Amino acid sequence: MNSNSEKLSHAVFFALALSSISALVLITVFILVQGAPIIAEIGLFKFVFGMTWAPLKGEFGIFPMIVGSVSATIGAAILGVPIGICCAIFLAEFAPPLMRNIFRPAIQLLAGIPSVVYGFWGLIFIVPSIRDHLGGPGLSILAGSIILAIMILPTVISITEVSILALPSSYKEGALALGLNRWQTISSVILPAAKSGIIAAVILGIGRAIGETMAVIMVLGNAVALPESVLDPVRTLTTNIGIEMGYAVGAHRQALFATGIVLFVIIMVLNTTAQYIARRK
Amino acid sequence: METPIKKMNTTSKANERIAIAVIWAAAIFVLALLVSIIVHILFNGLPYITWEFLTQIPRNMGRDGGVSSTIVGTFLITIVAIAIALPMGIGTAFYLAEYTRENIVTKIIRFSAESLAGIPSIVYGLFGFIFFVISLDLGWSILSGGLTLALMILPTIIRTSEEAIRAVPVVFREVSYSLGATKFQTIFKAVFPSAMRGIVNGTILSIGRCVAETAAVILTAGSALRMPSSLSSPTRTMAVHFYILAREGISMENAYGTAALIMIIIFLINIVANTIVNRFIAKSR
Repeated sequence: MNSNSEKLSHAVFFALALSSISALVLITVFILVQGAPIIAEIGLFKFVFGMTWAPLKGEFGIFPMIVGSVSATIGAAILGVPIGICCAIFLAEFAPPLMRNIFRPAIQLLAGIPSVVYGFWGLIFIVPSIRDHLGGPGLSILAGSIILAIMILPTVISITEVSILALPSSYKEGALALGLNRWQTISSVILPAAKSGIIAAVILGIGRAIGETMAVIMVLGNAVALPESVLDPVRTLTTNIGIEMGYAVGAHRQALFATGIVLFVIIMVLNTTAQYIARRK
Repeated sequence: METPIKKMNTTSKANERIAIAVIWAAAIFVLALLVSIIVHILFNGLPYITWEFLTQIPRNMGRDGGVSSTIVGTFLITIVAIAIALPMGIGTAFYLAEYTRENIVTKIIRFSAESLAGIPSIVYGLFGFIFFVISLDLGWSILSGGLTLALMILPTIIRTSEEAIRAVPVVFREVSYSLGATKFQTIFKAVFPSAMRGIVNGTILSIGRCVAETAAVILTAGSALRMPSSLSSPTRTMAVHFYILAREGISMENAYGTAALIMIIIFLINIVANTIVNRFIAKSR
């Protein structure tokens, strides 16, 4: 009897363990089934590199949104990654215990704040100051990049910190014993040794930025056009779905799912790369 | 005259000072940013959180009245999400930690969980809409929203639970087996109680994610303002309510009030989660 119940419990746990696999498969299949037909109809090249998004005329080209997503994300990485890495070094190497006990929960809180709140805060603070001091409508790539930079901080900080802390203490001790000062130890020994973890942190942060929707809807301006400067408004792949999904039907809805496919593929490539890099030691 | 070595030492010392100053500045800047966001929302929102605000349903598109139905909606969606994700997540964690060695199956499970963790919430929204709302015909409802969120928080529950299970000392299992317990009994009587704190911590953080989520919920639970009557009623969560109030400029007062309420909840969730972790660390020392 015991061995039967053992077998049963093993089977139950195994079945539960398949939940994440089935979820991933279901998500992939349903998004593909909804979006692939219209990509096939329009042609992948015309869909991805098309310049016009006019749902009422049946024209679906998402190139301006790809440019929007990529530019806002690059901006976020430029602003957020250096700050994030500095914070991680601070936590791992410099923070006095009291600061560490304040800083870690603070980063966790930063990760917990809803994206709509970030977007709203950006709308109230960042957008007007860009409009007043730098010109343009304020709703812009720059505003989006700043908000996204803040939002990717928890990801960049925590993964970088973990990879620094995972290094054997002999690395640091050896470097210090050779007479390097603390900064030389960090810049020439610790950061190079933690490189793969840091790269994974940056890639995951980029993935987070590309996937963010609600915060950027509020600050990017959402215009479907190629931007000429960082002060121009753009629409991203995510905001395209977020704005139009509420009322889209027929081919329009399919085209939004197709936008989702493009987003999904970008994210899967980024995440798989990050997982691969993080595992390779 | 300075010797070359001395010169090198002074520059490297200067470099060190600059680098340390930059690192401290970055950390303080981030803290200041966080404080400024929190203070801004609370300062502008707390005055609107009154008993009426908490207990009345929104009227006039949310211009008047309170937010009671959105509180109930958020609560029910979160309950559904946790009720679905918890057994799946804990089960997966036990399977990974106790029932198998690393092999191709565990690799695929881990890959799936990590991929799920990276999928943007808007894609969960698309999926939830086409799968739960349309294909399973659940409509825009608490059920559809909760099921979608369940998939979103699954990776967090799996990861935190597995870490907690692996942190349970091997001795616990050995003693249990030596007393003649079966594997299942060992897991439930010896391992599970010790891993409880870590699992609760992961669950609390997941509750926070459910409360904060907007994109996935708006596409699957809708944005109805009336008080939900069952799990198949459409609803509007607090985060969605805040988003609609702020974006459509319906009422800045109520938007700030709702945002402050969400922030207080997130704050409490984080405090509880941290207390649990700290006690856990204190206990294991």
